[in-house]
Amino acid sequence: MEFGLSEEQTLLQDSVSRFLKDNVTLDAVREVAAGDTSDANIWRGLADLGIAGLIIPEAQGGVGLGMLEAVVVSEALGYHIAPSPFISSAIVAPTVLLAAGHTDKLGDIAAGNLRVGVAFSEAIGARLDAGVHISDDALTGKLLFAFDAHADAYLVNGPNREIFWVDASTTGLTRRSLTTIDKTRTICELQFNKANAVPISEDAEVMQAGIDAGRMVQAADSLGAAQAMLDQAVAYAMQRKQFNRVIASFQAVKHLCAEMASQLEPCRSLVWYGGHALSEQTADARLTVCHANAHLSEVAQFVAKTSTEVHGGMGFTDLVGLHYWFKRIGANRQLLGSPEAVREEAARLQNLID
Amino acid sequence: MDLSYGPTFDAFREEVRTFIATHKDQQPKHGAGPKSEEARSWQATLIKNGYHSRTIPKAYGGFGAEPDIIKSRIIAEEFSAAQMNTGFSGQGISMLTPVLLEMGTESQKQQFIEKTIHGDIIWCQGYSEPGAGSDLASLTTKAELDGDEWVINGQKIWTSTAHISDWIFCLVRTEPEAPKHQGISFLLFKMDTPGIEVRPLVDMTGSANFNEVFFTDVRVPKDQIVGQRGQGWQVANAILGHERGSLAPPDAAMTRLNGVIRLMREETVAGERVIDNPIFRDRLLKLQGRVLAMQYNDMRLLSAKINKQTDTQLAGMVVKLIGTELRHEIECLGIDVMGEIGISYEDNPYLRGNGSWQYQYMYFLGLIIGGGTSQIQKNIISERGLGMPKEPKIATVGA
Repeated sequence: MEFGLSEEQTLLQDSVSRFLKDNVTLDAVREVAAGDTSDANIWRGLADLGIAGLIIPEAQGGVGLGMLEAVVVSEALGYHIAPSPFISSAIVAPTVLLAAGHTDKLGDIAAGNLRVGVAFSEAIGARLDAGVHISDDALTGKLLFAFDAHADAYLVNGPNREIFWVDASTTGLTRRSLTTIDKTRTICELQFNKANAVPISEDAEVMQAGIDAGRMVQAADSLGAAQAMLDQAVAYAMQRKQFNRVIASFQAVKHLCAEMASQLEPCRSLVWYGGHALSEQTADARLTVCHANAHLSEVAQFVAKTSTEVHGGMGFTDLVGLHYWFKRIGANRQLLGSPEAVREEAARLQNLID
Repeated sequence: MDLSYGPTFDAFREEVRTFIATHKDQQPKHGAGPKSEEARSWQATLIKNGYHSRTIPKAYGGFGAEPDIIKSRIIAEEFSAAQMNTGFSGQGISMLTPVLLEMGTESQKQQFIEKTIHGDIIWCQGYSEPGAGSDLASLTTKAELDGDEWVINGQKIWTSTAHISDWIFCLVRTEPEAPKHQGISFLLFKMDTPGIEVRPLVDMTGSANFNEVFFTDVRVPKDQIVGQRGQGWQVANAILGHERGSLAPPDAAMTRLNGVIRLMREETVAGERVIDNPIFRDRLLKLQGRVLAMQYNDMRLLSAKINKQTDTQLAGMVVKLIGTELRHEIECLGIDVMGEIGISYEDNPYLRGNGSWQYQYMYFLGLIIGGGTSQIQKNIISERGLGMPKEPKIATVGA
């Protein structure tokens, strides 16, 4: 029995972390956040490490690893709040395309030459003022909160959980960037006016597989981001002095840090198991994904608030940049389903709702 | 990630299942006391077959198996699944026996271990005092040497099972001049020694789960000490950590949570099944996610133990704090889903689950406090887990 990461998985996480530490400094994040540069260089570097094709089979040009490796990488990306289209292009899109049997684009995705965004929001929580209708394989309407404003193509949901492929350059598609609190990643609105779309799947299970995979790496992203916030809180408390002593020696501060650590540390095991369960398609995989996603939303939110408080006034400023982690966690909480909605799905999976 | 125990253990699991199937009828009846013949005979059967005191050497009355974490886990899993009686527990078995094996003299091992595991000697633990709770090392019950005997005076509190115990293992101050951690000794003595008075301490549940124990000139043979004079703190600490995690096992929390689900399906308020109320349902699901995290945390700890990994220190430290608080919240939900029925207690005819929801709700508040309070746990986690400094000591005024 071995519950935990293998040597290879630890090495993978270390190598991604090393790349991020060198290339995704807080200054680099600030540049992307300010719009001075895009995340293209970071994604190129990650793709060269194999991250864009992490879960794509070797036969299709990928690395052929599983969802446990995906959560391990995602945790590192969250720790460094890396600007990248990892969730959409490296996880949700390949999962959907593989499940639907559309393998022709996977090689380009794996190489990092094709970025695929995802617009499934209406399938998860439809808004009255959004949605598309279909006639003759052309879409009309709009979809909100699509992942990745810089994607080359999008997987989008139809009115009945069908999935279509739409090239970003298709006539009739207008893309509008939507500003959110989280400037480490881009979100957009897609407006369709008889835009050509290629049917990918009519099977609701295919979309579910994509959403599950996305939620799982999103939970890992929050785990990493929250761990970074805890580490920064402890480090700050160890050097900040008040009343002639470091504030880390006050129980009021220590207990806040202990509460963060106590809630966060068990999450690591839950996230690892969720990745493993998805890889192995265990009977409890979907339930575990729901719980991991919702639970990490809650714990990461607590850590985001508490770490900011431990930093005192400095935590509230732009100077230390802690807010980038705070906002990444805040965005993860809502995208792909709020924790309340995801817990309702978990209840449904256990037949707790008639 | 490999969550199976491997094929070599399948045969062992079969063996355990066969034992359970063939011995289910020999279990003592519910409520059979620890001194009853059927309970003692069951205990002997368990030990003889390696399902209790498994790794205690044969010379001291145990089964004498090599330590094997997976086999122990399989036994626990199968006994739990079949709801089999697992034999005697208590502080003599869980705490004193490991101490004696590690630090006792040969004659102490001979004298006590076999009788303890077979239930001939029931022990209580004399640690906490009215003035020494979180700051246990400041205890003042003193033992002074008079010839070949210790003479003990003082008071202990929170002493569970003292009223039915034959012996006590007790921390006493033997070197009043030494720094507080170095002046304590670990003594063993009989509870029927003249000068000992046990008073039951009724707690908020209405039961007397604990006692106060008073010592007035209690005379104890000099050699009934474990470790050296002044080493009692180290002796006690060798096993304190062991007690903490075991106060809040996540599997038991999940069992209780499943009990809440059953309640929510059965209970109706204003014509609506509670499970159909989205507010209660969300509370339930939130708790379920938290228990799951603790179950996988537990699995990680087990795996680290098997594979001798050392990177799970923090994961182990949080179990008592999170586990007891979580359990208290689960019991609270069990009460809340019943509404006013939830306040039923004792002989109320509308009682659900034999009154266990209110009882456990209060009992786990006791466990949040006992075994190192949540606040002490947070000190330990921040200092030993996160490397934060201790609170500076305040100079005692006028001392």
